[in-house]
Amino acid sequence: MSAAVSATRRQQTISAWIFLAVPVALFAVFLLLPVLMAIGLSLTDYAVIGDFEWVGVDNYARIVDDPIFWVAVRNTALYTVLYVPAGVVVALGTALLLNRSSRVSRVFRTLFYIPVVSSTVATAAIWFWLLNPQYGLLNAVLGWFGINGPAWLYESRWAMIAIVMMSVWAGFGANMIIYLGALQGVPGELVDAARVDGAGAFRVFWHVTLPAISRATFLILTLLLIAAFQVFDQAYVLTKGGPGNSTLTLVYYIYDRGFGRLEMGYASALSFVLFLAILVFSVINARVTGRENDR
Amino acid sequence: MSTLTTAPAGTPAPTATTVRTETRPPTARAVLGKTVWTLAVVLISVTTVMPLIWTLSTSLKPEGEILSSYLQFVPENPTLANYVTLFTDGPFGRYLANSAIIALGGVATNLFFGGLAGYALAKLSFRGRGVVFSLFLGSMMVPGIITMVPTFLVLRRFPLVGGNDLFGEGGAGFINSYGAVLIPFAAGPFAVFFMRQFFQALPDELGDAARIDGASEFRIFWNIYLPLARAGLAVLGVLTFQAGWNSFLWPLIALNDPEMLTVQVGLAGYVNEYQTEYGPLLAGTILASLPVLIVFIFAQRYIIENFAHSGTK
Repeated sequence: MSAAVSATRRQQTISAWIFLAVPVALFAVFLLLPVLMAIGLSLTDYAVIGDFEWVGVDNYARIVDDPIFWVAVRNTALYTVLYVPAGVVVALGTALLLNRSSRVSRVFRTLFYIPVVSSTVATAAIWFWLLNPQYGLLNAVLGWFGINGPAWLYESRWAMIAIVMMSVWAGFGANMIIYLGALQGVPGELVDAARVDGAGAFRVFWHVTLPAISRATFLILTLLLIAAFQVFDQAYVLTKGGPGNSTLTLVYYIYDRGFGRLEMGYASALSFVLFLAILVFSVINARVTGRENDR
Repeated sequence: MSTLTTAPAGTPAPTATTVRTETRPPTARAVLGKTVWTLAVVLISVTTVMPLIWTLSTSLKPEGEILSSYLQFVPENPTLANYVTLFTDGPFGRYLANSAIIALGGVATNLFFGGLAGYALAKLSFRGRGVVFSLFLGSMMVPGIITMVPTFLVLRRFPLVGGNDLFGEGGAGFINSYGAVLIPFAAGPFAVFFMRQFFQALPDELGDAARIDGASEFRIFWNIYLPLARAGLAVLGVLTFQAGWNSFLWPLIALNDPEMLTVQVGLAGYVNEYQTEYGPLLAGTILASLPVLIVFIFAQRYIIENFAHSGTK
């Protein structure tokens, strides 16, 4: 009997590794190897063509003194500071609106979700037309209220704000769905008890609903932060980083160094710095979330 | 909540005296609340849907009408000229075909390999299972940016492919071929993780019974478990199709031969040109969005529900 069991077990082990072979091989070649290569490349001046040399930490020293790097950091930080809170507030607000089980609210859930389906490029193309200073729908609507809309993508003061608006529009539906799921889990008795005790709608929301959905909030915050740090498509399609570098983001800068100017050693160092920043925020978030869960 | 079932909401019940006292008409406050709610959701829907409709409308206008009557929703002289221009003046048909090959190829490989690997991690017992699972889970946390440059080099220097010799010299490797986009993402960790979760919910006994009958592990997977995971495969297929069809940064890097561009990269080339031609641009936008929108309309309930679960669990 035990011989039969161990034979089955051996059979299962062999089968399992055959079943896992392709994903494990791809993991090794397209994740493990590239991460190790990125560390190595970041210590060289590799530039695709010609010889390359070991330069130690020179690339990292260069980053510190690179003014355009700091422009990219500032732009990415501005995008993050505007996009993350707006993304959370809009997602939560729409989820609260639709948090009722009726056919009508399911229809609106679908309508709210539609921008998520389109690609960033298609969304950007639509917004490129919406944001047209003369013929765009946005400035036409602002005009009805007597507001003279700016030239959006052609003004360095407004270009990033336009990109943030577009990104919130394009992405809030996905996080709204996460919030709707979390709101289902808010204990109804708790809400009723608070109401009976005379708490108003806002106090119920602040002291009962919000704490009950804190896990979803942290998840969404982490997702939004990681996405914000890596924003690229919108800036590339809409403004090519301009006007006057006002929408040059970190990933855009890495792309430009690595594939525009083929400075792949320097680009690797830059991407490693960004990777560390993302890692730090992920760990902080994981810690905070972990502590919340322990309670 | 206390709406009557005997009469349509809002209309006073004809036999109000005989029915319970809860039949009083809704209070002014409730009516006001309902109105504000309706107004709010309709307004938000207008902002999410109207830009798409406006895009469709503009794409159907002749060149002269686009700017002169830009606020008119129904085109005066609707025409498909902008769509024709796309296919005659540039290789837009080729872009669509490239995107279809990449998206559908990605669906096929991710369903097959993700299913196999997910099954192995959920239903086969072997040493190292925990480690492999943690590796896949952890790799989902690694941001794509860190592997961007090295992955390009790995594909370019891949031995014995695309004119390369054994040491990866001499040619372009996988760059500018479908393989450059298909291979690195052929069995993503998300597909493995997703299918593992799905198989884990299925009972072990089905496989044990077949094993006693002498069925091979692949047959157990293929004939017994995979058919039961059809719903999971459908959701994963839709998500993978969307991700593949919509992906931008990687195809932009790995495919730069004009004949090899995907529809997203090709479309991006029409935006922000010196003189943007809105007609073809917006017609291209419609064509680039249509496949994912159609898939979404058919699968939306499963997608949204699945998404809600993945967020809360």
